[in-house]
Amino acid sequence: MKIKLSIILLFSFYIFSGQEMVKGKVYIPLNDGNYQGVGGVNIFWKSTSIGVVSDDDGSYSIPISTETKELVFKILGYKEDIVEIIDSLNYDHFLTEQSDELDEVILLKRKNTIQKSYFKTMNIVSVSSDELLKAACCNVSESFETNPSIDVSFSNAITGVKEVKMLGLESPYLLITEENIPMVRGASQVFGLSFIPGSWVESMQVTKGVGSVVNGFESISGQVNIELNKPISDVPTYINIFRNSMGRNELNFHFNRMVNEKLSTGLFIHADHRKEKHDSNNDGFLDIPHVEGYNIFNRWQLTDLEKGVVSFFGIKFMKNEKEGGERFDTNSLSNKLWLSEIKTERFDATFKLGYVNPNIPYQSLGFQMAYSDHDQNSFFGIRNYDITHRSLYSNIIYNSIIGNTMNKIKTGINLTYDDYEELIDLDKNKTERIDRSIGGFFEYSYDNTTNFSLTAGLRYDSHNNLGSFFTPRLHLRFQPKEKTVMRFSLGSGRKSSNIYAENQEIFSTGRKIKVINSNGKFYGLNPEKALNYGLSFRQGFNLNSNDGDVTFDYYVTDFQNQIVVDWETEGELSFYNLNGKSYARSFQLEIDYQLTRKIKMKTAYKNYQVNKQYNSGLKQNPLTPKNRFFINLDYSSDPNDKGAFWKFDFTLNNVGKQRLPEHGGLSNFLGFSPSYTLFNSQVTKVFSEKFEIYLGGENLGNYTQKNPILDSENPFGTSFDGTLIYSPIVGSMIYAGIRLKL
Amino acid sequence: MKKLCLIFLLFFSFSFSQNSGDKNKKASFLVKGVCEMCKNRIDVGTVRIKGVKYANWDLTSNNLSIIFNSNKIDLDSIQKQIAAFGHDSGIYKAPDEVYNSLPECCFYKTNTPH
Repeated sequence: MKIKLSIILLFSFYIFSGQEMVKGKVYIPLNDGNYQGVGGVNIFWKSTSIGVVSDDDGSYSIPISTETKELVFKILGYKEDIVEIIDSLNYDHFLTEQSDELDEVILLKRKNTIQKSYFKTMNIVSVSSDELLKAACCNVSESFETNPSIDVSFSNAITGVKEVKMLGLESPYLLITEENIPMVRGASQVFGLSFIPGSWVESMQVTKGVGSVVNGFESISGQVNIELNKPISDVPTYINIFRNSMGRNELNFHFNRMVNEKLSTGLFIHADHRKEKHDSNNDGFLDIPHVEGYNIFNRWQLTDLEKGVVSFFGIKFMKNEKEGGERFDTNSLSNKLWLSEIKTERFDATFKLGYVNPNIPYQSLGFQMAYSDHDQNSFFGIRNYDITHRSLYSNIIYNSIIGNTMNKIKTGINLTYDDYEELIDLDKNKTERIDRSIGGFFEYSYDNTTNFSLTAGLRYDSHNNLGSFFTPRLHLRFQPKEKTVMRFSLGSGRKSSNIYAENQEIFSTGRKIKVINSNGKFYGLNPEKALNYGLSFRQGFNLNSNDGDVTFDYYVTDFQNQIVVDWETEGELSFYNLNGKSYARSFQLEIDYQLTRKIKMKTAYKNYQVNKQYNSGLKQNPLTPKNRFFINLDYSSDPNDKGAFWKFDFTLNNVGKQRLPEHGGLSNFLGFSPSYTLFNSQVTKVFSEKFEIYLGGENLGNYTQKNPILDSENPFGTSFDGTLIYSPIVGSMIYAGIRLKL
Repeated sequence: MKKLCLIFLLFFSFSFSQNSGDKNKKASFLVKGVCEMCKNRIDVGTVRIKGVKYANWDLTSNNLSIIFNSNKIDLDSIQKQIAAFGHDSGIYKAPDEVYNSLPECCFYKTNTPH
């Protein structure tokens, strides 16, 4: 078990440290209705040997168990209670007197589906699969609606895909990894997250600010790591069916089996289909594109604990087709219709091998290799965009210690090879670019095991188009009190500028596309480069015997170079190198509080200052709200003896005004979109561990943007623009689904 | 490029040889304790002793497994130092005043393992 754990940690980029303890008091009821602390209560993790006895005043302290979350409270004369504890460091328990019936009473302390640790050096928020289930639907890009660390843009009518943002910056500035292999990048930058079915995801780790040096130099504003279900830990058979009122149908099927003691395999299948025609704003264009697609994933897991080896091998294939535009039969046959189509096929193969020296448990070696072939063929009106991106990624990580286990090191090499072939816009010639890099990294972590830890990393990369350079990164954590933690991070990042792949929405306009060349390596432009630093402060509290915490985050990204995407002139779109300042400053205040035993509240206020120097002056980034407010309430009833219970979830999002680029079709807004509020809600009835149904609504307030396609009467004119989207295009949407775990 | 590879290869071989050298010794001996809090005290306390690289104490067997650098410290003084922070270790007994200042749940002379 120990070895397996270490190997899993090897693939993770964060470091577990310190021993988390659950502390609290046990009380018994008195005749006058008050409670009194009581000693001698046996408190232990169910089916383990880890147990403590409460002190005379009722207080106890027990280290968190890795094996179970069920804590048992037991003393003669009182009911034996079992409580589920997840990420709570404080728990007070109230015993009830034993009545005649000797039934076990199960109480549940609500678990946190978003976990923030006091002990990790980096500012990492872990998101469990339960949290993902709160979101309306279906793929990873749509699953951040209840997570205040990540913002989701509104999908336009052509692609129907939501893009994620963090610290005010778009997804190309994030490093998105799948089990620590960079995955959503290059050709898949825009649509990649939407190609990962939500049900495949086991958990996600969201790092704010620069991440570790281990995974490369690309992360600038943050890192999102997606862990997929493992054949060993996922349910043997899982079926999920979903349908919404816009005619979207989805099907998920998982099948996991042990082949023998060491080898297990999983088959994951996803299909989605949407062919209904919706045009609520009567502009003749589909509000959401037609979609048809499927994903297949087969993975193998080999675990040999005696030899200290864990290995994964997986292959994935996906196909997706989207059709948008004027898909209605109109009488005026003389008019040429504006149509769009995006066809994507992708193949992935990954291999991972982890080895922990059984004799020297602090030494381990990890090897990862991934190949992908991403092929997109698309047209938008008369514009084309085809891209083929073949990518090879490999790394070796070696973990060890210096002196003792308080000083850990990670070192290794990464290799990347990316071959891009593009057919851009009206150009009939293929553009080809090859990116090759080799880099080495060294990361040192120190943990004094009580209140201070640091991670300092440095990497050196040699890249054919970016040159040779160092990337330093530093993370500090100081925990002066048990529930007070401060974190600081600083580091640089850079990336190739795949301007067309990252900004595919530009083709859904009639704008004249211009690249104002200097003589850089990327379409004439230079690579992007930025420094990111930030501070985070978290304070836990206990109010009315319920836990809560307050988090302040302040992060700054300063660009030394950025590719400015200039939408400021109607009928034109230009790309050019930054000449002047560009920065993103983000402030977030988040309060999480357990209102009652059954109701949890998450609330956040965010302020973004994202400004950059355009040729026409220093301006706020368009379509980026300066202020956002978020509240999420979550209720769970107590399960009955069959394990049946209800879950209710409610989310409110207030989106502040956003600067709009100048465009005749938006002139009545005086340069800023109105501020508005959106409501989402979901009800889940869990019948048993094996079966649940859910029903939910998105955009219940029915707020929509009236003119999502500007100059839609004239789709081949230069003023045509389907991308200036500041709010949802479609109104209220209802969905329902079932989940079957066998 | 080639140079870089070489540097890293050198580094790998260096770090592997460093740890597989003769100076690193493994040992396993009894240390008294009764609970998970003891485990935390013993693991962290032992690894903080200069020369100790790794420590893992098992509650059920009371066995402490360590890896240490024999050029820097010997087994005897490790055991002496563990006893000095409150846990009977090998032939050494914890001083009474240290034992009495242990957290209540760690009183291994009177408590049963829990």
